[in-house]
Amino acid sequence: MSVIDLPTRADEAYRYADLAALAGLWPVVPQAIRVAAGTRGSLSVVAEGDHAQARDIEIVLEDGAAFDLRLLNAGRAYGRLAVKVTRGKGADFHLGAAQLGGGDQVLEIVTEVVHAEPDAVSRQVIRSVLAGHATGTYLGKVRVDRGAIGTDGEQSVRAMLLDRSATANARPELEIYADDVKCAHGCAVGELDQQGLFYLQSRGLPPAEAKKLMLQAFIAEAFIGAEEGAKLTEAALKALEGLL
Amino acid sequence: MLQIDNLQATVADKPILKGLSLTINAGEVHAIMGPNGAGKSTLGYTLGGRPGYEVTGGSVSFNGADLLAMEPHERAAAGLFLGFQYPVEIPGVSNVQFLREALNAQRKQRGEAPLSGGEFLKLAKEKAGLLRMDMDMLKRPVNVGFSGGEKKRAEMVQMGILDPTLAILDETDSGLDIDALRICGEGINAIMRKPDKAVLLITHYQRLLDYVKPDFVHVLAGGRIVKSGGAELALQLEEQGYEAVAA
Repeated sequence: MSVIDLPTRADEAYRYADLAALAGLWPVVPQAIRVAAGTRGSLSVVAEGDHAQARDIEIVLEDGAAFDLRLLNAGRAYGRLAVKVTRGKGADFHLGAAQLGGGDQVLEIVTEVVHAEPDAVSRQVIRSVLAGHATGTYLGKVRVDRGAIGTDGEQSVRAMLLDRSATANARPELEIYADDVKCAHGCAVGELDQQGLFYLQSRGLPPAEAKKLMLQAFIAEAFIGAEEGAKLTEAALKALEGLL
Repeated sequence: MLQIDNLQATVADKPILKGLSLTINAGEVHAIMGPNGAGKSTLGYTLGGRPGYEVTGGSVSFNGADLLAMEPHERAAAGLFLGFQYPVEIPGVSNVQFLREALNAQRKQRGEAPLSGGEFLKLAKEKAGLLRMDMDMLKRPVNVGFSGGEKKRAEMVQMGILDPTLAILDETDSGLDIDALRICGEGINAIMRKPDKAVLLITHYQRLLDYVKPDFVHVLAGGRIVKSGGAELALQLEEQGYEAVAA
């Protein structure tokens, strides 16, 4: 396949993509980031607005490098954020991502984190809030190569459906070829806790405010400790208000 | 203040309240006692407007307004407070943030100006002090990691901050040790024992009534109030049991 060919659904990484919208954005030129040995880097990406967008980020972390990536996928059209991370010995990668959508939107966050060398750490926190007929997808592969002993990989994936008509796809995936590694993933798709909502309403919060408060806390988990946490939270809140 | 007239309610199509009538005037403390399954908690939830508790007959008037026509948040803004038997945990939302938003939402509905952050914290500190609760606890997520007793004290702090005219307290005494029971009892008196306020205590036991002395005690059985009396009725119930007294 040449780079300019549009992917098909047979390609796992594009299985749930809005291919018609993607066609207008293709080819997506990857943004390359290289973090030198022993240094730290960070990036916040906020996808918002009315236009379809797709971004590909390829990060190489040299030995002992650290990177903190935060993604907010909250535009009002198709949004795809793909990240590939390759890491050296003892490198540290943190991803906090949230996506919020409604209508018949398709949103996706696709990650591939490769542990090629020993003692690297990766943490991924993904939170999705989906309303209407929106589809939110998280495909997250963590690959631990032979010899990458001492790897510590963690994925926490949660999605909240505001309407029964919304769809969440979540596929946290571990591919491990090394012994002596620590990898964990957790995944949950649910609805807002009705008891909690009544509790908040019984104290005087109107239903939309009660929902907002609970969802705000849910999304905030993706932005804990972020340098631009306040900015991200504010943008997420704006998107959230559009959904309620 | 509160007039319940022939109230009937079902939960999952099962009739629980079967014609309950009760009048509570300002300045009064009423206690409702009764055996398990009598409909005590259903009464609290029905008055609070919890989804799933369906009113099939009767009426409830609260300060002249039709309580049953209001949404739960409107009931709160009108001055009703429901103390939960099992306070709900809300991860990620701090007590301070929640209560400030709740209080200001109530004030907004009543056409009052919101409290500033500073004004709110001063109020919260004062009410937490009444219940001997540390302000640090109020900065933690709502009820998360709280012990049974801490949850009930936190409920009373909420009540102090929201300053309702009528508090319906569903088994506030359950899960409390002796000291916490006294602190909660004193808190209820300090916050609610006023000429313009009223309390409806829902309880199994006499012990909370040692601290919050009721003016009226009612026995709820089979979805109706089967007997009413003064504070002495609670003592009689404690001594002789529901069956003997309410038969």
